[in-house]
Amino acid sequence: MSTRRTTLSGHTFEFPSLVELMAKATPARSGDVLAGCAAESAAERVAAQTVLADLPLATFLEEQVVGYEEDDVTRLILDTHDAAAFAPVASLTVGDFRDRLLAWAAAGDEAAISGLARGLTPEMVAAVSKLMRNADLVAVGRRTRVVTGLRSTLGLPGRLASRLQPNHPTDDPVGVTASIVDGLLQGSGDAVIGINPATDSPARTVALLELVDAVIRRYDIPTQSCVLAHVTTTLRALEQGAPVDLVFQSVAGTQAANRGFGVTLDLLAQARAGALELGRGTVGRNVTYFETGQGSALSADAHRGIGGRPVDQQTLECRAYAVARHFEPLLVNTVVGFIGPEYLYDGKQVVRAGLEDHFCGKLLGLPMGVDVCYTNHAEVDADDTDSLMLLLGAAGCSFLIAVPGSDDVMLHYQSLSFSDVLTARQVLGLRPAPEFEEWLARMDLLDDGGRVRDLAPDAPTARALLAAAAR
Amino acid sequence: MSTLPGRSGDNGPDPWAVLRGATRARVALGRAGDGLPTARELEFRLAHAVARDAVHTALDPEVVRAGLDGLPVVEVHSAAADRAEYLQRPDLGRRLAPGWSLPRPEADVAIVLADGLSPRAVHEHGAALTTALLDRLADWSVGPVVLAAQARVALGDEIGAALGARVVLVLIGERPGLSAADSLGIYLTWAPRPGRTDSERNCVSNVRPPHGLGYAEAADLVLRLLEGARELGASGVALKDEGPSLPSESGHRSPPGIPAGADPRTG
Repeated sequence: MSTRRTTLSGHTFEFPSLVELMAKATPARSGDVLAGCAAESAAERVAAQTVLADLPLATFLEEQVVGYEEDDVTRLILDTHDAAAFAPVASLTVGDFRDRLLAWAAAGDEAAISGLARGLTPEMVAAVSKLMRNADLVAVGRRTRVVTGLRSTLGLPGRLASRLQPNHPTDDPVGVTASIVDGLLQGSGDAVIGINPATDSPARTVALLELVDAVIRRYDIPTQSCVLAHVTTTLRALEQGAPVDLVFQSVAGTQAANRGFGVTLDLLAQARAGALELGRGTVGRNVTYFETGQGSALSADAHRGIGGRPVDQQTLECRAYAVARHFEPLLVNTVVGFIGPEYLYDGKQVVRAGLEDHFCGKLLGLPMGVDVCYTNHAEVDADDTDSLMLLLGAAGCSFLIAVPGSDDVMLHYQSLSFSDVLTARQVLGLRPAPEFEEWLARMDLLDDGGRVRDLAPDAPTARALLAAAAR
Repeated sequence: MSTLPGRSGDNGPDPWAVLRGATRARVALGRAGDGLPTARELEFRLAHAVARDAVHTALDPEVVRAGLDGLPVVEVHSAAADRAEYLQRPDLGRRLAPGWSLPRPEADVAIVLADGLSPRAVHEHGAALTTALLDRLADWSVGPVVLAAQARVALGDEIGAALGARVVLVLIGERPGLSAADSLGIYLTWAPRPGRTDSERNCVSNVRPPHGLGYAEAADLVLRLLEGARELGASGVALKDEGPSLPSESGHRSPPGIPAGADPRTG
């Protein structure tokens, strides 16, 4: 490991390791300050970016941020690296790679960008993102194509799907159903109807799975359900023959952090195999769903790399994507703004992190969505989340999470609302997933212009769905 | 323009009332184009504003002293200089700023009133809850009430150790939500000393009469936990069967992206 240095404006900056170089090149955020790895001045940050720009991409295949021997995520990354996919950019530096991506994006060459995924490591992608401005992240993200499917097809050009998140503080079936109906009537739910259960009880998980499955079957909705219980709970539900569409798990970028989540790669493989065996897909076979978020490793005190040095939270986030992509997910989303101001302090940091996560996940081959959200103790409000939502829509984000009226009454934070997603679609000319759009039309929920109707309560569809909620 | 009738018609023929009656979630809000109708938008904005104000209100010692009716109060400050630093550096909120001194009464119980993420909760419920606790602690010696500014739960470990207390009770403002900005939580830690972990604490959450737990009810729960901890010589998960252990975010309700053990509300 060699010290890298540069002299800018007469001052020499030294970066003794790749871990420190990556951290100091990261745009400012509170989590890296908390971890003690952030650049100590604005000039030091640019110096690190300058050094990083000259680093050959191939460096990341030889020099690690988190050790190969002690971390199974690093082993997964390097052992599954696809040299043929890497070949088109193998001779580039990080800075050249940025320029190349921007050129491909401007030319609309989706194949060139999207074909790289298996040849890129999370560290390469994190590195190039650190050199990019927000608009760069949008421009390249928009031209990175990742299409997945189970009973709806996600990631197609010109589409923006949403996860309908009908959480309830006690998992009350009527309460959950009311939120599902509210979301469906506003054109949400094409990515998934996904519930965070209030308890991790296997019986409750099965009951919720059966409830959503019944709604989906009764109205023949081309979407999938998910109860976001721990993977071990989903395994038990599978054993009991529950209607499991998707295996969910929160994952992080180090083996130690995943241990904190109670997850191993073997467990994930086992659960995925169980869900695949059920054969519940109609248009595809992607049966996993992962959530991630910058700061999760640090909050578990599992954020250290080579030499015990703290790794920056954005690089660790990208490593979580390597875990996710190994299991060919239908959906992956970062939860940006939930974890608190000690990781992302204000609207500027949240917007930046959301765009980075989307870009990096997609470039690595993930069907990337975002939970655009905030808590009341962060310097973030709905104006900030509006901005991020519209930027993500422009960036070709696969799906956004939406809850009734932006207020998640179980997890106690604010996400987007169902009507926010309609706004993003309207402003940017985006449409729901094709199968779901056909269903909305069949249910008479769309007007002649394809817009989700402002429903009068006595409309036949509204009456039918409301009656379902009443049961 | 909203196509929905007003929310007052819940008893009338309004079919959306079915949805609204089924959940506390903000369903059936109606739309103005693809946005929210103005009235709904302002309701939401007000809820957020109240929560924000609760976070950013400064702890006012005089408000608490007035409610404690002449009881001795010692004021301390964490190493977090101001609110912005407090919010970004939870590590600083867990230790005392240099220069603050505490008496050493070697009492059984130390009571710490901590602003946490809602100083407003301390203003509204801190003194009354402390009084309810003192009423039930006849069996125990109690040190002076410590009022801690820019404080996290774990600051109680250092304070309890400095006071020589056998157990510390930290009464702390919980993270404001849209529906409740004045919840107080109580964290009990046996044999407090710096380095204690969340799994070594027990918690009684959501003290905010009349909507949440009442003072007497909460104090009764704490007394039972105290007696259990004394018998066991420990608090935390070992005390689990005797009372509630750390709820919500610390365990199976882990919100997205947060592993067990982190407590984003107050930690």
